[in-house]
Amino acid sequence: MEMITALVYIAIFPGFFFLAVYGTALQWADRKICAVMQNRVGPPWYQTLADFIKLASKEVIIPDGADVKMFKALPYIAVAAVITAMLFIPITSSPIYSFQGDMIAVVYLLTIPTATFFLAGWSSTSPYASFGSMRVMTQLFGYEVPMLLSLVGPAILAGSWSIYDISAYFSTNPKMLFFQIIGFIVSLLSVQGKLERVPFDTPHAKNEIVGGQFTEYSGILLGLFNLSIDMEMVVCAALINAIFLGGSWQLGGWASIVLFLIKTFAIVFLFTAIKAMMARVRIDQMVKFCWKYLAPLAMIQIIVDICLKYTLLK
Amino acid sequence: MAKITIPLGPQHPALKEPENFMLVLDGEQICDATVNLGYNHRGIEKAAENRNYIQDIYLLERICGICSHSHVSCYIGCVEEIAKVEVPQRAKAIRTLVAELERIHSHLLWLGVAAYEMGFETMFMYTWRDREQVLDCLEMLSGNRVHYGINTLGGVRRDINAQQAKEIIKKINYLEERTKYYVNLATEEPTVLARTQNVGKLPYKVALERNALGPTARASGVKMDVRKQEPYFIYDKLDFEMITYDSEDVFGRVVVRVLELVESYKIIKQVLSALPEGAISVKVPWKIPAGESVFRYEAPRGEDIHYVKSNGSEIPERVKVRAPTLSNFQSIPYMLKGDYLADVPITIAAIDPCMSCTDRAVVYDAKNGKTRTFDWEELRKYSIEFYKKKGVNFSTK
Amino acid sequence: MKRKPMRILPEALKQLFKKPATSKYPFEKAKLYAGYRARINFEVEKCIGCKMCMRVCPSKAIEIIPAENQPQPQIGPDGKPMPVKKIFNCIMNLDRCIYCAQCVEICPKKALAYTQDFELAQIEKKKLRLHYKN
Repeated sequence: MEMITALVYIAIFPGFFFLAVYGTALQWADRKICAVMQNRVGPPWYQTLADFIKLASKEVIIPDGADVKMFKALPYIAVAAVITAMLFIPITSSPIYSFQGDMIAVVYLLTIPTATFFLAGWSSTSPYASFGSMRVMTQLFGYEVPMLLSLVGPAILAGSWSIYDISAYFSTNPKMLFFQIIGFIVSLLSVQGKLERVPFDTPHAKNEIVGGQFTEYSGILLGLFNLSIDMEMVVCAALINAIFLGGSWQLGGWASIVLFLIKTFAIVFLFTAIKAMMARVRIDQMVKFCWKYLAPLAMIQIIVDICLKYTLLK
Repeated sequence: MAKITIPLGPQHPALKEPENFMLVLDGEQICDATVNLGYNHRGIEKAAENRNYIQDIYLLERICGICSHSHVSCYIGCVEEIAKVEVPQRAKAIRTLVAELERIHSHLLWLGVAAYEMGFETMFMYTWRDREQVLDCLEMLSGNRVHYGINTLGGVRRDINAQQAKEIIKKINYLEERTKYYVNLATEEPTVLARTQNVGKLPYKVALERNALGPTARASGVKMDVRKQEPYFIYDKLDFEMITYDSEDVFGRVVVRVLELVESYKIIKQVLSALPEGAISVKVPWKIPAGESVFRYEAPRGEDIHYVKSNGSEIPERVKVRAPTLSNFQSIPYMLKGDYLADVPITIAAIDPCMSCTDRAVVYDAKNGKTRTFDWEELRKYSIEFYKKKGVNFSTK
Repeated sequence: MKRKPMRILPEALKQLFKKPATSKYPFEKAKLYAGYRARINFEVEKCIGCKMCMRVCPSKAIEIIPAENQPQPQIGPDGKPMPVKKIFNCIMNLDRCIYCAQCVEICPKKALAYTQDFELAQIEKKKLRLHYKN
């Protein structure tokens, strides 16, 4: 019986099925909102689904000299890692699995898709793809530290490394959320880097290096990579929601799910606004920005949280 | 990491037209770059020698989709000079009007393309949306959005009435407001500044040495504008400024183009407020007397030069086109050296390249890295051989 | 240099409450200005067969040919055959036409005129060859 419920969790909710449907829906919302902001019409509601079906029905072409097994396995690993990360993030009042330190586990699980992007570019053996994968790796060193640092502040305040405990802490002390605004902004910007969106979409900047790390990918494999990015968007939004916006506010049941959907949608709206109002920066500028501004800001957030915890709240 | 050579083009998302740039990269940095032309050769100059003067107007209009009025005006300037035709003032004013509307449409288009190459899609969409206004003006005035066909030998084909003038002024006022917004946007948005400042440096001396033209040269501080130096049409009677900027980089090129838009609005208002009365065209004979002529014209991208030689018949003996992009291409390898791979699209876009204007047939031998031009006979022989290998025999023998 | 981040945001947010600028062309009628040059029309009665249009056409799209059924020469009251106006037909190759309307301009009898009829795409190439006859 336990086996069956676990399978349901992984395959349906909050696993693959939920993530895929909500991810593609958010991807559509992102594109549509961006289009409306740009005074365009934008894609119809079934566009992302149609894209996936089209890619799934296309032939998969594997370049000469590529490591065939790795080339084929990577998209599945990316999707699996994202689903696993989602299992630790609370949607309803309690997460499916939780343990002390699951926040660190989620951050590392979210690094796995990035690593697969790097390997995907590397194993394609085309110059554009290798440039893309080099940039993926360089970018990883840029955003990963500020992102992790921005998550440390709330963890210190809550006195726990578990995502559920942190969101529970904030739902009992909602005042504390106002002090997390710097960390919230830092995490929003660094997640743009993780999801490879404007202004940090250099790894697959189409004007520069065509498709970046995915240049040689086609068919269902490319579809799965795109799906994994969509799912990653949901997971990142859910993570920010749980850590900075107090998660489900202990509501439980359907209300918490609705709250989750509303809040993640709002976060994606912020992602879209950032995407719509900036130009793409160069990879060296991106790394410099992350270390010069984002990382110190995240440190300030940590200091604020330490001060709060050990002086004011004593 | 060892140096690697990657091709940029002929098929590449950053290039709107086929052209090839070979980049030698050391990591992300560019050590060397070469430009290879010849993917878009259409033999227009040769075709022009087989058509009469009126047919050539429409042929040469299709050299370029964006500066179509420039090429025709330049060609017609040559022919009118040979035929010694005095063009009526009103025709000259209308030509100036269309030329400036075309400059606005080209610069707005460029601003959008530059924003797109920087990944700033919202600005790209906004500029192109506003560009529709000026395209509407051109459609109203000439009957088409792109290939206006307003010029004819000895004048223009369509007159402009008071109502049209009023509507153009209305649209120009709207664009003027929007342009102010774009000036602020392009010069204050940090991400745009990060992508344009100190990118694609072209110092004053190099710009002269490599014969840069138009906004590319003016952004390096070169004072050069045919409208000022050798005024044609009615530019000598108009009050406008030559925009130069001395930052010598892509940012300077953005600023020059955006400020030129403002100058163009000024010119259009002046032309429309003092439109001379009279006929719009005079008759030009079918046969143009023997002679030769060169005309210089300030196209949106720089100086356009046409050379026409006539032999007394109704067909020109030789038409030679020197599009501005051909001249600007010389400075691209210099600008790219030392920059990053990410800067390549915006640096190339910054000269506002128009590949199809430029192309001449050139053969690049990859084995020894030499470039040579084919002459007509050779090209013909080569093409026959090429198709023979494919099983098609075109040779008459 | 002055730096103002997020300068475009107010404009972008304003667009959320506006209609898109995109023209919904195939679903709505396209707005054309009077004087837009589209398909060239030909009036048989006016043509005198000078073939000036053929001479100026840059793409050799227009062809003036004598009509198949010419009017019979009639005998006048004085017993001599009266001069009869010859009738000409026009073949317009729309796949070649570049819609410059130079033929309209050169025509001495105004037998040619441009229309606003611009939706001319066809799947069969044959249909692009218009034959204007009496």
